[in-house]
Amino acid sequence: MDQILLQILNGLDKGSAYALIALGLTLIFGTLGVVNFAHGALFMIGAFCAVTLQKLLSYSTVTIDPTKTDFLGNPAKIKTPYVEAWFGPEMGAAIIDWSVPLAILFSIPIMILIGFIMERGLIKHFYNRPHADQILVTFGLAIVLQEIIKQKFGANPIPTPAPDAFRGSFDFGVLLGFDPNAIIYPYWRIIYFVFSLVVISSVFAFLRFTTFGMVVRAGMADRETVGLLGINIDKRFTIMFGIAAAVAGVAGVMYAPINSPNYHMGMDFLVLSFVVVVVGGMGSLPGAVLAGFLLGILESFASMNEIKQFLPGIDQIIIYLTAIVILLVRPRGLMGKRGVMEE
Amino acid sequence: MLGLNKRDTKFLIIVILLTAFTPFLLQPFPEGSAMAQFNGGYPDLMQRVAIFGIFAIGFNILFGLTGYLSFGHAAFLGVGSYSAVWMMKLLSMNIIPGIILAMIMSGLFALLIGWISLRRSGIYFSILTLAFAQMSYNLAYSVLTPLTNGETGLQIRPNDPRILDGENASPYTNLFGLDMSASYKWEVFGHQFTFNTGFYVCAVIAVIAFYISLRIFRSPFGMMLRAVKSNQQRMSYTGLNPRPYTLAAFVISGMYAGLAGGLLAAMDPLAGAERMQWTVGGEVVIMTILGGAGTLLGPVLGAGAIKYLENIFSKINDNVLHNWFSFLPDTPFWTGFPFYSDASIEDAVVWFFSRFTGEGWALTLGLMFMLVVTFLPGGLVEGGRRIMGLFKRKPKGDGDDPEHHPQSTPHVAE
Amino acid sequence: MGILEVKNVGKRFGGLQALGDVNLSVAENTVHAIIGPNGAGKSTLLNVLVGKLIPDTGSVMFDGQSVLGRKPHEINQMGISRVFQTPEIFGDLTVMENVMIPCFARRDGSFRMHAFETVSQERDIVDEAEHILNDVNMLDKREMHAASLSRGDKRRLEMAMCLVQKPRLLLLDEPTAGMARADTNNTIELLKHIRDTRDITMAIIEHDMHVVFSLAERITVLAQGTPLVEDTPENIKGHPKVKEAYLGEQAQE
Repeated sequence: MDQILLQILNGLDKGSAYALIALGLTLIFGTLGVVNFAHGALFMIGAFCAVTLQKLLSYSTVTIDPTKTDFLGNPAKIKTPYVEAWFGPEMGAAIIDWSVPLAILFSIPIMILIGFIMERGLIKHFYNRPHADQILVTFGLAIVLQEIIKQKFGANPIPTPAPDAFRGSFDFGVLLGFDPNAIIYPYWRIIYFVFSLVVISSVFAFLRFTTFGMVVRAGMADRETVGLLGINIDKRFTIMFGIAAAVAGVAGVMYAPINSPNYHMGMDFLVLSFVVVVVGGMGSLPGAVLAGFLLGILESFASMNEIKQFLPGIDQIIIYLTAIVILLVRPRGLMGKRGVMEE
Repeated sequence: MLGLNKRDTKFLIIVILLTAFTPFLLQPFPEGSAMAQFNGGYPDLMQRVAIFGIFAIGFNILFGLTGYLSFGHAAFLGVGSYSAVWMMKLLSMNIIPGIILAMIMSGLFALLIGWISLRRSGIYFSILTLAFAQMSYNLAYSVLTPLTNGETGLQIRPNDPRILDGENASPYTNLFGLDMSASYKWEVFGHQFTFNTGFYVCAVIAVIAFYISLRIFRSPFGMMLRAVKSNQQRMSYTGLNPRPYTLAAFVISGMYAGLAGGLLAAMDPLAGAERMQWTVGGEVVIMTILGGAGTLLGPVLGAGAIKYLENIFSKINDNVLHNWFSFLPDTPFWTGFPFYSDASIEDAVVWFFSRFTGEGWALTLGLMFMLVVTFLPGGLVEGGRRIMGLFKRKPKGDGDDPEHHPQSTPHVAE
Repeated sequence: MGILEVKNVGKRFGGLQALGDVNLSVAENTVHAIIGPNGAGKSTLLNVLVGKLIPDTGSVMFDGQSVLGRKPHEINQMGISRVFQTPEIFGDLTVMENVMIPCFARRDGSFRMHAFETVSQERDIVDEAEHILNDVNMLDKREMHAASLSRGDKRRLEMAMCLVQKPRLLLLDEPTAGMARADTNNTIELLKHIRDTRDITMAIIEHDMHVVFSLAERITVLAQGTPLVEDTPENIKGHPKVKEAYLGEQAQE
């Protein structure tokens, strides 16, 4: 039982990432009708926002201390981050330590801005073009964004640790009444899961309880009518895109400690996120979220040693297999609307 | 002749001539001249142009003609390569068994994947192919390692069985004794032209592949494929079942991809899982669109252009750029700024261009692709046609110009 | 026994009974119109007839064979052709190619792997196509891009595509929808020409009464998913129940 629980927990962090990315994808597809292959790149940019903030905060002056020498015999160089110089050593170190959560604040405006630019500059010209063209141009954009990041940050993953307070693991099992050390789980991953739930609920609440959200939901159900009602749908589309970009971005920011950001993480997550959207049902927000978590957990179970003994390598392909089976058996996905794309 | 009408026959002959003279066409600059680095007449590059041309021609049948966007064709490329290398290990270094098995295996694989994926259309189909491609890649990389040798890739070894090869068989890939790697260099007027056996083998096969695609375009089958793309619903209501047509197109394009994969291994007997990544599938999409989807020559042009540019751009590094821009003044670009106060204007310009060259090739490719999809979806062929339109007041459309081969329906297939 | 026998067909969508107890018999070589106010279920009935929808109850027999559950292309191969509300043609192809495709379908069936023949050498198909284009007066436009035709021309092209297959039953879904008076009259003339020169049964769903009364030999009036009356045009004209169905509560006010 504890093993099962452990696997479920293991699947939650990736599952949360899938759910968040799929959420953004579905928002964009459901409201704007655009297939956005660059969404994974937005996730990646979010992660690199965290990296950037950490780098920025760590910018140091280099002073030479003649009294100490380093191992080569030269006067030692002491790096003092500006932040520490301005706020004092303790506060400064704390700020640097908390750069990942701080990056959430830092990244939201950036991601929204990027989303706005993307939508106004590129996406809106493709609303009436066939899906194939949308896929292609956003695919090109994803490559461009990826290469820009690669040129700026290099090809190697850049470790971006979580704040010290959350770095370790804790004995989760004890909380639930299991034996000690039965279920040990890293703090940060639980935080990521909780964080993703918060974001998801906020998005749902926004859609449910605000007028703007209501219009968006109406647009998702019937875009033509909404347009005919004289509602300026353009502005809302832009804002929607910005929100979706921000969701992907913060998902990336918080994911940075879990898996060191590297330039192709966007593409890696993109394929799986599309698979998640299709399994959940294209156009269904709850479906996307649910499918994200389920597939994350499924992947985790498939990598259990017991299962790998029977079916080696199953963890690599289980998600794709599931998607293929579902697309064949129940093409509208878990929660898609009946009749959509059942051709 | 050969079942083609006069115009098409002319077209085919021109294609044959262009292919035969590629070593000349790609090597216009004399050795040692400043422009020599823009030469492309290397065996490796010429082979790749032919091979990826074949890949793109096949892909175009599925995408350009039938309108189905598949991101998964890299899987067939990989299957082709693996099959060919296995033949080279088991049967012979002669490339024939390898190529034959490559086409058979990729055809079967395409039949399976196509049968499943084509149950859906549009974006669902594309995502299904994406899923299959990644799955195949993962299978090749970590699951089916006895077959594929996982990360390291499948290679030939001196002690492989090779039951059909005799004692004195060539240790290199060959066609009944003709080594693929054999090249003949000809120096004349300061130019150096390389005639490579491997390239000519690929070229002959590419011309045949092109001929077949030409026949398909002109056939009732080709017309049906265009009908699928144009209005699949009307097609059903007209009594035609789109499914076998799309499946046939899928399998044919899969076999073209397998052939290309087999030839890749025939030139360089190695097969790795990275060939099956979906991003490779993305590359052939780019080639086809850049050249002109739905046209006859477009995919080949696109493949050639991209492989050539990839080669050229990758070789332009900082030194080369500094050489070019050395005429710019050395005055500092930006004084007082903490990080770049010593940079000159030349440095700044070089820095800018270096974003796009050398390792920045992928960035250039991505940008080019975005520009083409946005502004010139008909690719190079459409671009060429527009330019010709500027020159001729009234475009006659008679097939004098084989590249453009206009007909009165300028939009889809040529 | 009509060539098209619809018996007891019913279809529900959730809480809405779109069709209920529909009985319809279309006699061979006649023109049968199906009319009714909006929401009467005409489109639903048509979709059942062409295989797009499977009814919950009842049977649809064409020439003694059941149509239900068959794929659209199979139904076409049985001899039923369909004209859409908005003309559905192959926009990317030429007019000539548009007409050749149904010829191929009739000659070769739903699939044939003819990848090594050349279209221009299929003389019999080309001739047949030219013949039908001549019939509908579109031969001069044969090399035109189908998408660039006018709406009326597209309608004629679609008609040609259906006719060249020599269907036994032609289903027309509001063929004059959105047309101006002149176009409508042209379409009526075309349909009359078809009716008079061929052995063909036509079932027309139509709103425009002028069209209906010019062409139909029998009329079925659908209201709220079920046939109200079926009779000759003269008898339908003044029928009180028909008026009530169309005008609804207004008649009672």
